[in-house]
Amino acid sequence: MSSIQEVQEEIISEFEILGDDKESTIFYIMELGGNLESFPENERVEENIIKGCQSKVWLVADSKDGKVHYQADSNTDITKGLISLLIRVLNDRTPQEIISAELDFIHKIGMGGIIGSQRSNGLAAMIKQMKLYALALQAKQKV
Amino acid sequence: MSFPIEQIRQMFPVLHQEVHGKPLVYFDNAATTQKPQSVIQSLEGYYLHDNANIHRGAHALADRATRYFEDTRETVQKFLNAKESAEIIFTKGTTESINLVAYTFGRKFIQTGDEIIISTLEHHSNIVPWQMLCEEKGAILKVIPINDAGEILYEEFEKLLTSKTKLVSVVHASNALGTINPVKKIIDAAHAVGAKVLLDGAQSTSHLEIDVQELDCDFMALSAHKLYGPTGLGVLYGKREVLETMPPFQGGGEMIKEVTFEKTTYNDIPFKFEAGTPNIGDVIAFKYAIDFLTEIGKSAVKAHEDSLLTYANELLSSVKGFIPVGTAKEKVSVLSFNINGMHPFDVGVMLDAKGIAVRTGHHCTQPLMKRLGLEGTVRASFAVYNSKSEIEKLAEGVSQIARIKNK
Repeated sequence: MSSIQEVQEEIISEFEILGDDKESTIFYIMELGGNLESFPENERVEENIIKGCQSKVWLVADSKDGKVHYQADSNTDITKGLISLLIRVLNDRTPQEIISAELDFIHKIGMGGIIGSQRSNGLAAMIKQMKLYALALQAKQKV
Repeated sequence: MSFPIEQIRQMFPVLHQEVHGKPLVYFDNAATTQKPQSVIQSLEGYYLHDNANIHRGAHALADRATRYFEDTRETVQKFLNAKESAEIIFTKGTTESINLVAYTFGRKFIQTGDEIIISTLEHHSNIVPWQMLCEEKGAILKVIPINDAGEILYEEFEKLLTSKTKLVSVVHASNALGTINPVKKIIDAAHAVGAKVLLDGAQSTSHLEIDVQELDCDFMALSAHKLYGPTGLGVLYGKREVLETMPPFQGGGEMIKEVTFEKTTYNDIPFKFEAGTPNIGDVIAFKYAIDFLTEIGKSAVKAHEDSLLTYANELLSSVKGFIPVGTAKEKVSVLSFNINGMHPFDVGVMLDAKGIAVRTGHHCTQPLMKRLGLEGTVRASFAVYNSKSEIEKLAEGVSQIARIKNK
């Protein structure tokens, strides 16, 4: 399995191919949302909504063989695409890897300019929640 | 005579730029309008040549600044056809104007059990101040319902009116849907039960002829920045006889007649409500925004904007998946819509990528969105400087985006 850093570099080079064209970049992000595994309907509840996102985002996590597995969904296609990128980088890794991950691909693919500052805040809230889940699962493992 | 659209566009420097490599199409005018060169020049000129505090300086600059400042007050008076310039109070914006009425008129004249009527169409700024007042006073907030087209149900309004109604505060033109309310009828009916009426003119004043004497409203609130003027500036119009019964809003400089440690007497209107150094530079520049509109003429502006709205509806109605939101008979140039199967945010971001600036979301009208069963809409709002070719770009853009989910 590629490292977090390697996956980030893959994403950066994929976005480099798209260049500066905002329309095709947005379209690409929306298509990426289709890669998300289907979200369990019973988890689509208020408690799983990430606060701080303009659009609705549901996120859950559990651990499999000491690794964190995330599932997420959103009511907007662009947000779904963004989550799918985060999940691609962070899914099925140890809590420690996730907690210490520096997600510089977001900055390097120019996400702020693509999605605007309000959605960037939402993205930061998503990352924070993913790390919090990792932290909680790590604490559980230590017990 | 045809509408001088090219000439008008030349007056707005900000329009002539590219975003994301595409020519800017600015359709977020209900949020804020762009400013003509004359307004920008006035702001610059004020700080280059005239900056001084107003009303009491014994020197040339203070005298000049005061004169220009009061010129704007007179210009606004004529623009609204108020009886006298003392009825024009400068505020930070529509929100502050409404809050001023809630804090002064509201605190003094609204008591436990009294009723305030608003409509389902209201912006949060014409809901929350009244909720706060009702909570403090034990008063009751009543809401006029609407039909699915986004028009208030006038007969229902009449049923809400009672001798307990102390204030009716309604939007003149809806920011989210564009609906123009039958305000003259509302005002007359409210007066018949002894209630005062506040009109939220944030969206109407740039589109419609306003005559506060003919309307006979007691208050009207508006924002300069939605009227081609500077941000951070608004107006509260109030009838003299009503303003004079109201206590001051904030205490400080400007609003006093005489201060001793024992007692303060207050200045006359409008100064009683303008505590502290006002937003002098922006007030002075605002005159040029009004002059700009007056020169073109409101009826020409309305006719131009109506033709843009009609054209947009005509082009977009054939787009598969296009769902118009707010189809009132009487509207200002606001086009709210959704696309079947798509979230308004996604549509907005994709339009932005095409250089088209729109607003998406609940437009600060969450109760209205709830009534319509929507999370939000995409809103394109047109101004005097928008052109038919820009409408064509919007229609083409929306049609391309709609095709993603509506094949």
